[in-house]
Amino acid sequence: MAIWLEALIALLIVVSGVFILVGSLGLLKLPTLMMRLHAPTKATTLGVGGALLASMGFFWAVEGTISVHELLVTAFLFLTAPVTAHFIAKAHLHLERKRDGGERERLPQTGTGSGWSTYDPAPQTGGEEGDSAPGEG
Amino acid sequence: MARTEHPGAGLRERWLPHPLMTLTLVVVWMLLLNGFSLGGLLLGAVLGVVIPIVTSHFWPGRPPLQAWDRALAFTALALWDVIVANVIVARLILFRDPATLASRWVRLPLELRSPEAITILAGTISLTPGTVSCDLSADGRALLVHCLDAPDAEAAVREMKTRYEARLKEIFP
Repeated sequence: MAIWLEALIALLIVVSGVFILVGSLGLLKLPTLMMRLHAPTKATTLGVGGALLASMGFFWAVEGTISVHELLVTAFLFLTAPVTAHFIAKAHLHLERKRDGGERERLPQTGTGSGWSTYDPAPQTGGEEGDSAPGEG
Repeated sequence: MARTEHPGAGLRERWLPHPLMTLTLVVVWMLLLNGFSLGGLLLGAVLGVVIPIVTSHFWPGRPPLQAWDRALAFTALALWDVIVANVIVARLILFRDPATLASRWVRLPLELRSPEAITILAGTISLTPGTVSCDLSADGRALLVHCLDAPDAEAAVREMKTRYEARLKEIFP
């Protein structure tokens, strides 16, 4: 294996490791759940992405086979990370409402006449427009 | 749903309700196999036809995707922003005292109406600098976004609108 390729793969692994470490550190350091939520949705995407690139490069250079599973892993990661974050945020909003102490999250108004879909049901449409955005929580 | 007049269109709609989804499924299947074989392609094609038909009730509308070049440009922009986001968030975590972070909720009024476009916008926001999209207003006209560090809420909203929503509006007219 060429030395520059080896160096590149090593660099990718180190960089991805650093980002995953920082993401975990963020989980430890940030004070509120909503702030902690930012750490895993960001820092780990690049961390895992770098590791996958390194894996592709390694198998291409060492075994001469082009592995495409890594591309799929990346695609699925990008699909699932926002959904997971969304679920956690919604669960958090529900819990905050249930607790209902003085420290309930102060959400901005929607400004559209109806509330946020976690708390309020979707407005009734006339039945003509069948498939309006579903607001299930 | 009103049927179109062309006799061929009904047949196509029945067997290939979502041609793009069929194509995607076949490609993903081939990627999963990690190698090419005729049998694999055949099985992928069968899956690509059967799955859209079975799940077609979940997909009542067809996303009117136009402007493929713009969609590709948007993907590239989003990927680049993900990388930048990682560096920004890493810096915030490492070098800023969490107490000084201006973390807040912001409301993003939506001009997009198609559920697919809103989903892509929300996903992009979640993956990019210091923002997570958390909720949609019950009528689907505003997005609730949490910012990790946004000293100026107005500016954060303006950037999301010009950077992502304006581009998505061109892709999903």
